[in-house]
Amino acid sequence: MTDLSQLTLLQQMIFVLAALVLLSSFILLSQSRLTASIHSFAVQGALIALITGFVAAVNETWHLYISALLTLSLKTLLIPWMLHRQVRQLNMERQIDNILHPALLMLGGIVLVIFSYWAALPIERLDVAETRNIVAISLSVVLLGLWMMIVRRQVVAQVLGFMSMENGLFLAAIASTRGMPLVVELGVAFDVLVAAVLFGVFFFHISESIESLDVDRLNLLSENKQETREPTP
Amino acid sequence: MILLLVILGSALLGIVILALIKQPGVAGWVNLLLSGLQLAAAAALAYDVLQHGGFHGYSFNIDAFNIYLVVLTTFVGMTTSIFSRPYMMQVLQERRVTSRRLRLYHSMFQGFQFTMLLALTTDNLGVLWVAVEGATLATVLLVSLYRTPESVEAAWKYFILCGVGIALALFGTVLVYFTTQHLVSNPDEGLTWSVLLQHTAEMNPTVMSLAFVFLLVGYGTKVGLVPMHFWLPDAHSEGPTPVSAVLSGLLLNVALYALVRFKMLVDGALEESLHPDLAGWLMMGFGLLSFSVAALSLHRQRDIKRMFSYSSIEHMGLMTFAFGIGGSLATFAALLHMLVHSLTKSAIFVTVGHASHIAGTQAIEHIRGLIRTQPSVGWGLLLGVAAISGFPPFGIFTSEFLVLSATMDSWPWLTGILLGGLVIAFAGLFRHLHPMVYGAVPEHQSTVPANMMPVTLHLLLVLWLGLAIPAFLSGWLNEATLLISGEGLL
Repeated sequence: MTDLSQLTLLQQMIFVLAALVLLSSFILLSQSRLTASIHSFAVQGALIALITGFVAAVNETWHLYISALLTLSLKTLLIPWMLHRQVRQLNMERQIDNILHPALLMLGGIVLVIFSYWAALPIERLDVAETRNIVAISLSVVLLGLWMMIVRRQVVAQVLGFMSMENGLFLAAIASTRGMPLVVELGVAFDVLVAAVLFGVFFFHISESIESLDVDRLNLLSENKQETREPTP
Repeated sequence: MILLLVILGSALLGIVILALIKQPGVAGWVNLLLSGLQLAAAAALAYDVLQHGGFHGYSFNIDAFNIYLVVLTTFVGMTTSIFSRPYMMQVLQERRVTSRRLRLYHSMFQGFQFTMLLALTTDNLGVLWVAVEGATLATVLLVSLYRTPESVEAAWKYFILCGVGIALALFGTVLVYFTTQHLVSNPDEGLTWSVLLQHTAEMNPTVMSLAFVFLLVGYGTKVGLVPMHFWLPDAHSEGPTPVSAVLSGLLLNVALYALVRFKMLVDGALEESLHPDLAGWLMMGFGLLSFSVAALSLHRQRDIKRMFSYSSIEHMGLMTFAFGIGGSLATFAALLHMLVHSLTKSAIFVTVGHASHIAGTQAIEHIRGLIRTQPSVGWGLLLGVAAISGFPPFGIFTSEFLVLSATMDSWPWLTGILLGGLVIAFAGLFRHLHPMVYGAVPEHQSTVPANMMPVTLHLLLVLWLGLAIPAFLSGWLNEATLLISGEGLL
């Protein structure tokens, strides 16, 4: 691994912030109250925007400042605000998502982090000193988001898991490659924004059709339950 | 270049225009007109490429591999919009959708076409990702267009599974960019495919193979590879019929196209390493698994649209397997199979739409006696299924035969699995088809207005491709084979 003392102060900052992002992923994973989860997601977005800013300062790439602003406005302000508003409209502010086996959940998360470090091991150091760690951390954030989507039964929590996966991807792009080409980043940001809007639409559809936002109740479609069906031409 | 702009621009404009047109009748015609314009421009572009060869520049790349898919996409888009105009009007009259939702449908139909065509023609691997994700976003509200609890559930599954899958593909793309950005002088070109293809030998093989695993899982979700296929039968069976036709016929192809583009880079990067065929092996494994699982699943289906979506998984698995084998014969076969499968499968979905309309249900056990009630639909379904299960003289027989020959050449012991799978799939389709087409006619079953023109056209084309592949098309496919596998077949 890298000798940390040889890094500049800014690079060390990037490191610390990346570690905090990983921590915020674990907080998201274990947070059972919806509003608090949304806030932790916003914090994660802010951390990633900060990292982007620092990477931009280290490498003096101007277009990363745009990415940082974009992340800040999308992931920290707009999307959490939208989710918050929808949760309020659906009267779910006080709802608590029951987490079964929290200890197992955390252990699973830790295993995923170890796996990510193992998967990133063969990546040789190229010219970016902290690359391997950052790739490992971002892969962990992606996998933790996926893990959250698997274990949580609540639609809003699943969406947060999905969005935090996107955060992990963005972190990978920023920290290991100094940002993708601008056109790609704009495209990805646009897709994320549209996805967030569509998620909002779906909250209403799902709560209309099954009168709850618990994905366990989305079980109408399977191979064996198709006899008595309305026609859908 | 101008033609390309016409194709993409008309689709992009269509999103806006169709969202604004309030009369559903007019919107159907405008949709048809735009699709026709795209087809005409694509045909002209194809003629141009035929005469002067492909080109790349301005972040677009047109070569033999994608031009035939562009023509295919616009063609199926055109015939589907011919079918969808009266069909959706009827759905509107039955008050299944409001006219506002029909506006959304037409607008997003063009949105879907736009993202497909952008994904096919772009030279930038990042934009390719954005476009494929855009295709999910455009179609997710179409799957839930009827707003039944089932369709909302199907759309949610589709959204989440494809979203996650495609996110993993983005991670793979980031890894590719991570190893390539040092190789090119202008870092903005680090994702430009045509530039990267010249630098494959210098790429880091470890990173590229790690990236390919993510890309395979990511784009593989969209291709419908087992075990990431769970969204596919739900989304195909709950969406409106025209959406099932384009999803099955076009979207799966485009995801596979993306995978093959990446495989070409990874193959180059791994040439000197210990496992030069790693990407091919992975694709063969996933392809064969999907093929076998889907062939077996065909037997236990009760919903007609679900059955045909499993058949799509089966064929996509076969194509992935063939691309995985590599070599000129298998690649040629896979390219041909992409073409004939799209044509046949979209024809089948259109016919199934009419059939379930006649019976008033999608449950296989209640669809009976189609050939007596409405011969055109019955025969359409019968011939379509005969074509899809690989009967000669249809084109799918040709491509499957080529896949089998290629397997016999390079992996003889896998031929048995393939043959067995084809027979099982054939049996699975025909045990359900026979009573649907011939069985006793239920009382009160009457004909519905059905436009079988798109189906006839598609099946005739598939028949033609089975009897004789026109010289220009085989030339194209050969050129694409040369591009992908490094050697031509003809």
